[in-house]
Amino acid sequence: MAEASKMQISDEIAIQITGMNKWYGQFHVLRDINMTVQRGERIVICGPSGSGKSTLIRCINRLEEHQQGHIIVDGTELTNDLKNIDKVRSEVGMVFQHFNLFPHLTILENLTLAPIWVRKVPKREAEETAMYFLEKVKIPEQAHKYPGQLSGGQQQRVAIARSLCMRPRIMLFDEPTSALDPEMIKEVLDTMIQLAEEGMTMICVTHEMGFAQAVANRVIFMDQGQIVEQNEPKEFFSNPKSDRTKLFLSQILGH
Amino acid sequence: MDQHFARTDMLPPMPPPVTERGAIKWGRENLFSTPLNIALTVLGVGIIWWVITASLPWWLNSVWTASSLGECRDIVAASAGEGATGACWAMIRQWWGAFIFGFYPPTEWWRPILAFGLLFAALSPVLFSGQTRNLTLILGVVLVFLVGTLWLAEAPALAFALSVALVVGLLALAQVRPGLTLWFTVAYPALCFWLLWGGSVWGPLVAMAGFAILYGVFRFGSPFIGLAPAAGAGVVAAVLWWLYLDVPVVNSLQSMLPFSLRSINSDQFGGFLLAIVIGVTGISFSLPIGILLALGRQSDMLIVKSLSVGFIEFIRGVPLITLLFTASLLLQYFLPPGTNFDIILRVIILVTFFAAAYLAEVIRGGLAALPRGQYEAADALGLDYWRAQRLIILPQALKISIPSIVSTFIGLFKDTTLVAFVGLMDPLKGVTQIVRADINWKGIYWEPYIFVGAIFFVICFGMSRYSMYLEKKLKTDHR
Repeated sequence: MAEASKMQISDEIAIQITGMNKWYGQFHVLRDINMTVQRGERIVICGPSGSGKSTLIRCINRLEEHQQGHIIVDGTELTNDLKNIDKVRSEVGMVFQHFNLFPHLTILENLTLAPIWVRKVPKREAEETAMYFLEKVKIPEQAHKYPGQLSGGQQQRVAIARSLCMRPRIMLFDEPTSALDPEMIKEVLDTMIQLAEEGMTMICVTHEMGFAQAVANRVIFMDQGQIVEQNEPKEFFSNPKSDRTKLFLSQILGH
Repeated sequence: MDQHFARTDMLPPMPPPVTERGAIKWGRENLFSTPLNIALTVLGVGIIWWVITASLPWWLNSVWTASSLGECRDIVAASAGEGATGACWAMIRQWWGAFIFGFYPPTEWWRPILAFGLLFAALSPVLFSGQTRNLTLILGVVLVFLVGTLWLAEAPALAFALSVALVVGLLALAQVRPGLTLWFTVAYPALCFWLLWGGSVWGPLVAMAGFAILYGVFRFGSPFIGLAPAAGAGVVAAVLWWLYLDVPVVNSLQSMLPFSLRSINSDQFGGFLLAIVIGVTGISFSLPIGILLALGRQSDMLIVKSLSVGFIEFIRGVPLITLLFTASLLLQYFLPPGTNFDIILRVIILVTFFAAAYLAEVIRGGLAALPRGQYEAADALGLDYWRAQRLIILPQALKISIPSIVSTFIGLFKDTTLVAFVGLMDPLKGVTQIVRADINWKGIYWEPYIFVGAIFFVICFGMSRYSMYLEKKLKTDHR
């Protein structure tokens, strides 16, 4: 599988980050980040908590502002220009740790809201798309329920479907399984694996190392706001170069 | 001992023991559980008994037909013996018109009645959006109410026919396209204003056209110059319309198509007519202003933020009566000489601002209660600020704040009685004072206040029940 999907990676650059720095007040959260993501790549970012990995992917759709350097997503540079930000956001889907579904809307309304209001898709068409993606994440029968009536795993799959309804070219996952019970993690990971096999460009912040080994074509390890090491998953796990990476891996794989 | 057992006959269900069910169980647990509770129960029953024995004869000896307080007392004395007390509701029979309409001329009473009935027709599409059954029910009640009361108030035949036709038309529309009944809600303010104050029909229509111009400029300008400048241009266009074109347009239309009602001055308004006019207008305008102020207070833009904070803190820091005095006295000094700015309108504006400042803080509480993830999810989907607010944030924040919003509304409605201090005839002080100054009813004390209080209670209780219905209907998160 890994070999087959490797072929889908094109030379086209999806995301380019050069010399990016970010501060929270005096605190230097992201330090000199340089990374390039090609279309079709599946990248897993890992690292200890507080290492800046969530902040990094939240910079990619400008949920966080960076203070220095350049972030170019799909050829659009993220600046203070609201038009550029809206353009990038409608091309980049994001899945959150706590799902962030809209509790006052039904599942179907959650899925059709952005296509109708941002993409100006007619309601019927948006609903058809929504049902298509709900079937893909295997919960079409929940379409008319409210998020509060669903289990965590179902909610997270709805959140993935909600992002997909905008037909994004890039998907960001911010610890999508950290808030889930162990038995629900698998159903969400299965959905993500399926997405990866279809060639979606994905950046995942996750501690699921099994997922990283199965799906990722590159693993990035971050610590103290910096990229410490990046490599192919096989190399990364079997032969880590830096001491910090070795320590981290021994701690999370050690038991 | 033989351990084998097989049941051959099933036991029938039995009621729990007498001491463990119904009123006896409840009483044992709640009234007589400890010596202290027994003592408190006895004391409570004693107080209730004392209140009932003291007030019951007063209610039971009520007199409904009399022409003066003295006659009332004679009737009570004759029927219940010397020294007995009795309520004298005959006063209400004689003065109810003033309690409801103030000095509004009785021949024109059909106009406030019609406006009141249509108020519910206008509110129902908002209160029960998209629910044809409730909509039909309310419109049906409005129709029955109007047919009955307009006939009693001897409305002119043409007005009677037109209003019945209007409500029947709305009823029919509610069956086919309930959403379209909202247009009646939009048109209602102008209609209501015309019905209540009279004058040329063109006055309120042309004034409303200002809002249409505002919207038109905003709608067609925004693709070219952006949202905020278009909104600004719309406001400027509307203000120019009101300042310079309004009067000439009204005059020319009036000379071409003279269609008017007898005009009624603001000083003839009084009683619940006044309270409801101020209350309903205040409620309907304070909510949108309050929402804007709450959003303004959270804004990143320094000027917007400090203006909102300044407005809210100033209005909340000042007693309502001060604002009402400002409305009645000071505002006149600031306005250009010769402008006749209606006193009721001035009071409405300041009451609206007062409620809006409180609502802004209430809504800010609702906004603060939303998890950050909701804002982030809306942003990540590419919704812009206003869409995110309208579709995601406000529906949830307002839902959280419903109890406090309705409390503020109830407070506003009851505060309308304070307009007595600026010489308007509110039902509680204004009308009651006039009644008690009447030589026939001098000395009457409890009855007018109980009557007015009961009407206030019915209206406020209705609002409170509606808010509970709304909360239940909107409860979607923990099912």
